[in-house]
Amino acid sequence: MHLALEILIVVLLITGGLFALAGAIGLLSLPDFYTRLHAPTKATTLGVGGIVFSSMIFFSFGNKSLEVEEILIMVFLFLTAPISANMLAKAAMHLKVDRMEGTKGHPWDQ
Amino acid sequence: MKALNGRFGLPHPMLSITLFLIWQALSNGISGGSVVLGLALAWLLPLFTRNFWPNNPAIRRPFRFLTYIVRVVWDITVASVNVAMLVLNPTRKPRPAFVVFPLELEHPLAISTLAGTISLTPGTVSADISDDNTLLLIHVLDMDDEADLVETIKRHYERPLREIFK
Repeated sequence: MHLALEILIVVLLITGGLFALAGAIGLLSLPDFYTRLHAPTKATTLGVGGIVFSSMIFFSFGNKSLEVEEILIMVFLFLTAPISANMLAKAAMHLKVDRMEGTKGHPWDQ
Repeated sequence: MKALNGRFGLPHPMLSITLFLIWQALSNGISGGSVVLGLALAWLLPLFTRNFWPNNPAIRRPFRFLTYIVRVVWDITVASVNVAMLVLNPTRKPRPAFVVFPLELEHPLAISTLAGTISLTPGTVSADISDDNTLLLIHVLDMDDEADLVETIKRHYERPLREIFK
């Protein structure tokens, strides 16, 4: 495999990994339920995106044929991640989970 | 159109195309067999599930959707960096907020696309929709200015979606 391609794959893997790590740290350190809700949706979008994209390049050039299964991983993640985030937010509002101090606006009554 | 909607026709052409493409992606490489099976699935699945799709998703400009996706991917990248900086910087505290977003879109599929896009962009999660489908409740992780945020979402996502969906 060409060196430039290898560098590209490594860069994508590392950025993807870093964003997934940032998502995990956010899940640990953010103050309340609603802000923590943001962390895992982030990790899926760019973290998984980078890793999946690098895997696509690696196997496409390694096997000399276009591999597109990875695109499906992205598509299904993009379809399901917002729905689970939405369900979690609705459940939290229904249970009247505490918000952190200084939150502007109000959740709706369920 | 009658042939498309008949008893053995293609009630949802866009769904059929999507199913065919997904099947090609799922089967390892495009071959004669995968094309035949893909065509059969693209024909039969919409027929069997037609009762679950009461109204046609009215996509007016399918190709606009590609530019929309490019814009969303770019926004996700920029916003991910912002959120990562916020999370990794212990001295910065998030300024969370619930924002009520007035919807101009009417088509249910367009609204769910917008809500999904808002949830995918880091820093915003769409939390709920009002019963009459006119207001969207968004939770924002770190908000500067409410009017600015609403305007950005309107300009970046809602207007293009209004052009894509009827």
